[in-house]
Amino acid sequence: MIKTKLTRDTFHVFQANAKNALKQSEQVPSVLICAGTGCIAGGSMKIYENIKAECEERGLPVYVGLKHDNEEEKSLHVKMSGCHGFCEMGPLVHIEPMGILYIHVKPEDCHEIIEKTVLGGEIIDRLVYHLDGVAYPRQEDIPFYKGQKRVVLENCGTSDAEDIEEYIAKGGYAAFEKALFEMTDEEICKTIIDSGLRGRGGGGFPAGRKWDGARKQKSDVKYIVCNGDEGDPGAFMDRSIMEGNPHSVLEGMMIAGLAAGSSEGYIYVRAEYPLAVNRLKTAIAKAEQYGLLGDNIMGTKFCFHMHVNKGAGAFVCGEGSALTASIEGNRGMPRVKPPRTIEKGLWAKPTVLNNVETFANVPQIILKGVDWYQNIGTKKSPGTKAFALTGNVVNTGLIEVPMGTTIKEVVFDIGGGIPNGKKFKAVQIGGPSGGATTGSEEHLNLPLDFDSLKSIGAMIGSGGLVVMDEDTCMVETARFFMEFTQKESCGKCVPCREGTKRMLETLNRIVDNKGTLEDLDLLEELADTITNTALCGLGQSACKPVQSTLKHFRQDYLRHVVDHHCPICNKEKPHPTIVADKCKGCGKCRKNCPMEAINGAVKQVHTIDAEKCINCGACVGNCPFGAIEPAKEG
Amino acid sequence: MSNALTRASEIIDSYNCEQSNLIAILQEIQAEYNYLSEAALTLVAEKLGVSTAKVYSVATFYENFSLEAKGKHIIKVCAGTACHVRKSGPIYDAIRDYLNLTGKKKTSDDGLFTLETVACLGACGLAPVMTIDGEVHAKMTPDAALALLEQIRKEESAE
Repeated sequence: MIKTKLTRDTFHVFQANAKNALKQSEQVPSVLICAGTGCIAGGSMKIYENIKAECEERGLPVYVGLKHDNEEEKSLHVKMSGCHGFCEMGPLVHIEPMGILYIHVKPEDCHEIIEKTVLGGEIIDRLVYHLDGVAYPRQEDIPFYKGQKRVVLENCGTSDAEDIEEYIAKGGYAAFEKALFEMTDEEICKTIIDSGLRGRGGGGFPAGRKWDGARKQKSDVKYIVCNGDEGDPGAFMDRSIMEGNPHSVLEGMMIAGLAAGSSEGYIYVRAEYPLAVNRLKTAIAKAEQYGLLGDNIMGTKFCFHMHVNKGAGAFVCGEGSALTASIEGNRGMPRVKPPRTIEKGLWAKPTVLNNVETFANVPQIILKGVDWYQNIGTKKSPGTKAFALTGNVVNTGLIEVPMGTTIKEVVFDIGGGIPNGKKFKAVQIGGPSGGATTGSEEHLNLPLDFDSLKSIGAMIGSGGLVVMDEDTCMVETARFFMEFTQKESCGKCVPCREGTKRMLETLNRIVDNKGTLEDLDLLEELADTITNTALCGLGQSACKPVQSTLKHFRQDYLRHVVDHHCPICNKEKPHPTIVADKCKGCGKCRKNCPMEAINGAVKQVHTIDAEKCINCGACVGNCPFGAIEPAKEG
Repeated sequence: MSNALTRASEIIDSYNCEQSNLIAILQEIQAEYNYLSEAALTLVAEKLGVSTAKVYSVATFYENFSLEAKGKHIIKVCAGTACHVRKSGPIYDAIRDYLNLTGKKKTSDDGLFTLETVACLGACGLAPVMTIDGEVHAKMTPDAALALLEQIRKEESAE
């Protein structure tokens, strides 16, 4: 425990001690219980309590934090870690130094885990991950982890997210220290520009250029803002980073502060992520306590203060100018640009606004250098990217792969393919602002990077990958996304406010089998107009799911508008019905039906064949007994 | 000012009556009272020195704020993409039917439950999910969801 704020020298001493403590700790068995949102929902807190209780009962002393020199020998570490990523298999328990991963752990398994594995070194086969009859007791051998390269998520799942000492022991805040004492603001910007780091929020704008732009602005006050408003449904990369490695985000922001000449940082987090908010607040408090945040950091003139702002449930706040408006306490509505955020952002001051994952990449780039970073990923999109792999896929979870990994590798090698023997149909990339790719070889072999996906009308987005199987109707999916964007439209600009509403109406009509071929043209035309005229990114990308499904899954639309029946949605086709009590069996409707869809003998009750009926209504008007009710509006 | 608003007043003071903290203040007041009453909104406007229209505009803009009193237990069914693909819709419909909710009604007649949807909880690996009073329930089915509500009803009537 430290009492005074760290200077550069005492930081070095602290760092050396922490590293030593980490080394010693690694000699002792560790039980890491995943405490990400997913595993907590699965009951991992109870497992943590049980493991601790189990140790207490046996009189096994447990370390709190790392093991230090002067500390007595204890039996094991019990830690809550960040997200391991393999959420489908949660709750997860990882045991070091054997590298064992136990899946679907229940509170009642704790006794056996301590007894057999921790003390006896025996593997409990029942809790081991199995695939095709093969057991994978070691985490690193599991196919899900094998294809990944963890840079940003490296410490998620292996560290106690709330322990700043462990973060420092693993190289944390060393990049900040280097930037603070050995680099000028210009050098930091140049390093980030040269590294080719691009914004992970979806835009892919070079982060270094943004920083350099803000650096050149003349202003006494500048801000660093971290966008943790991960509103894209089906994405949780940023949440996992904030929960599992909050210090890396703080460190990245502090380095940005040095580069741009700012002394104030804001992290805007969705209110739906209470754990991330708490972990960030804890991390800030610890960093302040050690003097890594606050005034005159490490005895220099550099001051940096950090704030956490909770969102209040508005997707549009993921847009830069809407986000800053929300921090200011206003309605989160975007404004016209220019001026850009780097010129006039938060409180009309120059502002660097980056995504969580972008900031989390920064410390490692500063520490390991531009060449190291450039060697990962592709030339134009260096580095790794975290993806949330969800939907109809065997291994749902959080993954990190080098940029340029193909969709096929992600869905089939890491994701394990489609469950229940179903066929792959599509991947929606980038959520409601992205497009869908098909199961064609060409699409499956597309590399996941910022530029390749644009060629087929999709985009990498923030990194949500939702896999869909053959039981998914793409029209219904497009409608789902449109309903989402329509609801989240802030209402400031007409194309988005009115356009998305009309799009949704049309899509609803099509899904209900009441659409026509002309509706498809209408959708295309509207989509074009909205995309070109909306004010912000939300509106400009709102039609992407419709446009890409119209292009790649037209067959699904045709089923709804031509056949008026989609076997997947299986919604009843609208058609009139004959009321049996009133029908006299005169046959007038049968003779008038252009589709020969009405059957029945004379003086017998007639029926309408839904398959053949086109809902023209000719029978309704012609019935002399008022026995035919028109199709229900619905 | 009535006594009922003492706590709200304290919350506003704790944020130094600063306008930039408007959202945080409303969040905390809602956490305390479980909704934002007209009186509370007026008080916020007075103390921050802004118009009631401004406070109302912010309170109605964000999805998380509610101007109506909510039920004792708040159920949120995730309507995110991953949950949608894994059929969260039928769960929502089943709960709606169970609570006899129609039209815009979100709270059951006995005032016990309020049903809402949430855009994404980020627990996609456990889809479909729902929360009851903030606690996440994973891999839900309509039957499992109704069993949970049934359980709460039983506990409530026992008290």
